[in-house]
Amino acid sequence: MSRTLSQISDALAAGEVAPEALLEQSLARIRALDGKLHAFLRLTEPQARAAARAAQEPRSKRKPLSPLDGVPIGLKDIFCMEGVETTAGSRILAGYVPPYDATVVRKLKAAGAVIVGKLNMDEFAMGSSTENSAFGPTMNPWDLSRTPGGSSGGSAAAVAARMVPGTLGTDTGGSIRQPAALVGCVGIKPTYGRVSRYGVIAFASSLDQVGPFAQDVRGAALLLREIAGEDVNDQTSSRRPVPDYAAAISKGVRGLRVGVPREYFGEGLDPQVEKAVRAAIEKLRAAGCEVREISLPNSPHAIATYYIVATAEASSNLARYDGVRYGPRAKAGQLLEMYERTRAEGFGAEVKRRIMLGTYALSAGYYDAYYLRAQKVRALIRRDFDNAFANLDAVVSPTSPTTAFKLGEKMDDPLAMYLNDVYTVPVNLAGLPGISVPCGFDNRRLPIGVQLIGKPFDEETLLRLGHAVEPREHEEPL
Amino acid sequence: MAIDRAQVRHVARLARLALSPEEEERFAAQLGHVLEYIERLSAVDVSGVEPLSFAGDEKAGLTLRDDAPVPSLPREKVLEQAPQQDGKAFVVPRIIE
Repeated sequence: MSRTLSQISDALAAGEVAPEALLEQSLARIRALDGKLHAFLRLTEPQARAAARAAQEPRSKRKPLSPLDGVPIGLKDIFCMEGVETTAGSRILAGYVPPYDATVVRKLKAAGAVIVGKLNMDEFAMGSSTENSAFGPTMNPWDLSRTPGGSSGGSAAAVAARMVPGTLGTDTGGSIRQPAALVGCVGIKPTYGRVSRYGVIAFASSLDQVGPFAQDVRGAALLLREIAGEDVNDQTSSRRPVPDYAAAISKGVRGLRVGVPREYFGEGLDPQVEKAVRAAIEKLRAAGCEVREISLPNSPHAIATYYIVATAEASSNLARYDGVRYGPRAKAGQLLEMYERTRAEGFGAEVKRRIMLGTYALSAGYYDAYYLRAQKVRALIRRDFDNAFANLDAVVSPTSPTTAFKLGEKMDDPLAMYLNDVYTVPVNLAGLPGISVPCGFDNRRLPIGVQLIGKPFDEETLLRLGHAVEPREHEEPL
Repeated sequence: MAIDRAQVRHVARLARLALSPEEEERFAAQLGHVLEYIERLSAVDVSGVEPLSFAGDEKAGLTLRDDAPVPSLPREKVLEQAPQQDGKAFVVPRIIE
């Protein structure tokens, strides 16, 4: 499984490899490595075998359903899949078996993808290290004592370790891009509204977005095309047509105008990360991009804004976990006591902290000072990007201020953990598309990612730029 | 901004979370620390700025779909997931004596 998603897709189309053999390779790799990595929470072997068998028919007899036909794919455990336990990394959903498919799962199945299993994540996607999973952390394939990032840490690690060529994750404040950077793969957070969230367990509804991971930019583009598009079951999904993202890559980058925001290269940025990102920017310049320094003056307020907006929305979204309709129920004689105990036993520490913070920010007497003010600062952050994009095609920055940190290092300091997302959070607040692409390693041989941020619904430009900076040879961990 | 244990207890009640005394103490310290960081927003000039709650496609969700009935999930399939049910409804502890 050392080939990239797009190479595998091409090999399948050419009949050089068969879906069933591909699935067996993937399962063997998972069995060999997952004891060390803990990327998967569970495999969906029977469903995967049936899907691979269906895709097995010779291409001479059957037209491929899509470029993903026969490709093994993993899903973050936040996507409802009919008949398969879905927990969002939480004890409060232990044993929950959804009676329906999320729209993206339905689309992947229709595209012929072979879904092999559900991947580990921070509980309810709250975290930047996958250590908040109720089922234990995921390890970084480049250094098993370090985190793969989060919250989609399982999705990122599985791709980096070549267990599967592609996975899906979700990104509310960086949960696709940051782990992609920390494990050295490609991760896309599409424009808000580009991909349906129906059947995706909600964290912060004005920020959540679904996106792909792959080893290469073109592979991620192939995945994005299959999952994007309007859905009557998600009111925020856009009716805009879905372009052929992979085809856009061949347009090259000559003449594209790229901004480098000075606020994203300040205090807290690891010098080795800065060096690699600056080298990627030079690569873009050499490829014919026009590069200029810009300012996004309100971005430094993004983390504070995010931790009001996201927690407020989460406190409301997570009110549904009450021990009535699904999940375990705590023993209690009275209803109120039942709610309080079920939630106390079912939620982990970080989820409780965020519910508390969000409830506090929305509570009587504090709403204007916190929630309303945060929404106004959010408008300023968006306005900065609108102003910048009047004269630019994309913005380039580091994805994460550091490379992968040690497991346990930031668990006792929530604020230090939150500051991991300092460069990714503004993108969610502004509803823009962002992509993280590998751009080198530090002196410990830990991967570094560069982030490209685009105009609303202009994922194509990001993919073109991402392809221009991505490495031609993909190094392998383990 | 400091937050005391009484406030933590009040918010926990609003959030329907039973906290242990240790959790109350820890959350008071940690939330205080985070709120202190968030305080920086009060220094931002937001006069005349309209709050932004939706940063997506303005045209999304504006068309009404056809008013055509589609089947719902079967009741037994939904009830199957509940910790307690009687085949017709979810069952909860008694709330009226």
